[in-house]
Amino acid sequence: MVNVRPADLFPAIAKLQKLYVPDGSQVSGTELHKPFKEWKADRDAPCERVRTPKDFFFPQTENLMEFKREGKTIEIVDTRRETEDFVIFGVRACDVRSFSILDKVFLADPVDTYYKNRREHATIISWACSPESMRETCFCHTFGIDCADPEGDVAAWFDGERFYFEAKTEKGTQLLDSIKDVLTACDEEPVWDLKTAIYQAKKELPLADLTTEGFTPDKMMEYFSSEKWGELSEACIGCGTCTFVCPTCQCYDIRDFDTGHGIKRFRCWDSCMYSDFTKMAHGNPRVSQLERFRQRFMHKLVYFPANNDGEFGCVGCGRCLAKCPISMNIVKVMKALKEDDKT
Amino acid sequence: MNETLIPVIGVVTDIRIDTPDVKTFRVVTPEGKKPFEHLPGQCAMVSIPGVGEAMFSITSSPTNQEFMEFSIKKCGCLTEWLHAMEVGQQVTVRGPYGNAFPVETELRGKDLLFIAGGIGLAPLRSVINYCRHYRENYGTIDIVYGSRSKEDLVDYREIIEEWMTSEGVKVHLTIDREQEGWDGHVGFVPNYVKELTPDVKKTVLVCGPPIMIKFTLAALKELGFTEEQVYTTMELRMKCGVGKCGRCNIGSKYVCKDGPVFRYDKLGELPDEY
Repeated sequence: MVNVRPADLFPAIAKLQKLYVPDGSQVSGTELHKPFKEWKADRDAPCERVRTPKDFFFPQTENLMEFKREGKTIEIVDTRRETEDFVIFGVRACDVRSFSILDKVFLADPVDTYYKNRREHATIISWACSPESMRETCFCHTFGIDCADPEGDVAAWFDGERFYFEAKTEKGTQLLDSIKDVLTACDEEPVWDLKTAIYQAKKELPLADLTTEGFTPDKMMEYFSSEKWGELSEACIGCGTCTFVCPTCQCYDIRDFDTGHGIKRFRCWDSCMYSDFTKMAHGNPRVSQLERFRQRFMHKLVYFPANNDGEFGCVGCGRCLAKCPISMNIVKVMKALKEDDKT
Repeated sequence: MNETLIPVIGVVTDIRIDTPDVKTFRVVTPEGKKPFEHLPGQCAMVSIPGVGEAMFSITSSPTNQEFMEFSIKKCGCLTEWLHAMEVGQQVTVRGPYGNAFPVETELRGKDLLFIAGGIGLAPLRSVINYCRHYRENYGTIDIVYGSRSKEDLVDYREIIEEWMTSEGVKVHLTIDREQEGWDGHVGFVPNYVKELTPDVKKTVLVCGPPIMIKFTLAALKELGFTEEQVYTTMELRMKCGVGKCGRCNIGSKYVCKDGPVFRYDKLGELPDEY
């Protein structure tokens, strides 16, 4: 294990690669991570922020290609460019897990090269939570995520003065090696203390007991047909906020934009909560908000795991719990369906 | 590295007017070749940049090595644009996407019953012509095809001149309402299927409007067919074609990737959201 003071750490990385750090601001709607200028974030910055770091790999909008049309002819312009190496510092355990969930979608055959390009050039330094950074909406433990020992290329702990680092992957080892001049070898004891405090605080969380028990692929039709969906979705206004703040939501739209000089084909986040999402010339298979609402939760809790060796499409970050205007959320859905299951 | 979302250029070399709202477009690469290989039942994304991109079934048979064909009904923004095209217009195509009818496995050696309604013939035409090409690999071929009127029958000339004259192929046409100059069958497809009392040993491939499929399936059950004998091909909204954009998700399946062809018993294991 190695440790380092923030003042030495960030300039050392920034000298070598583009570095993004939590900017410390609490302004709603701003990015969680900004290019490094100065270190302002504190240990207790909350886990749950509006934006997720998913933008680094799957941005809200991105240009895919361009076309030029003249008369009857079309020219296709491949606008893809290799990304530079970059480091994202301070990703919480829940958000780190969201990357491996997105990987299962975008890196599955056929590989999404836009996503892969950015993913391969990124090194992730995760950041263990602190008792104060946790929120009452946190439930990462439900999905087997350990916020005291996060995944990532390098895991980091902060005791208020120094960051403690542990490389978790080859990429992480390389990064630590490249800044070894500012690192000091140390023993693990301070980190044990930090972890103990985190585990203690986790036990006190309101959702400490929430489990995924019962959510297995064989329950697909049973949960789909549950009578609870009507009541659960009744107040849903279909705003799509839950999908936009979700670190694992990956549905997208592809559209064309005529710039006057050519046509840009771009993709942008879309939401299964919107009626247009499945609308076709001959009709819409999901006619009301009930079906759309059900789709989102069934996908995260049953369909996605069925296709991905039991991995759920949720990391328990709690953003949707904090942001839903009608206070409906995946936790309430899980509890209601399980209730149904018992009877 | 190849990116599936980036299409290739296709040139429209022939436009056939099938019905008042269906045209069949022949597409080749600028070099005059077939854009890519496909299997019967697979689809491709066709686009006019700036207008839109949508999934269409490839209606030509894989045995056709010269070009690719799409039979497209005018029913939206992109299809209206496509219908207004002239020969020589370039489009973009990418694919092939999805699975295919199991022509080399489950359908081999079977007596086949094709049931189509309206533009639903488009995906089946690929299979029909494939099976006609490898005639010795299949048993009898029966085709029940219906549309609103005589003018709405897609591929009419090909049906009359090629299918009806093929050895071991029987074509049963029907239209919804009586019409001057039509001495064939009149009535809806599901009822016609019942009247024809097909041998329940046949394997059925059905495609058409959702309501027709629903009643046809009921008719087949009444006749004694099981769900394991019936295949259909589905249509849901799609953007990526490779199971990532999320639109065509039904239960644990993606129609673009795991479909569009489903055997009916397998479809029954999925939520009824199509």
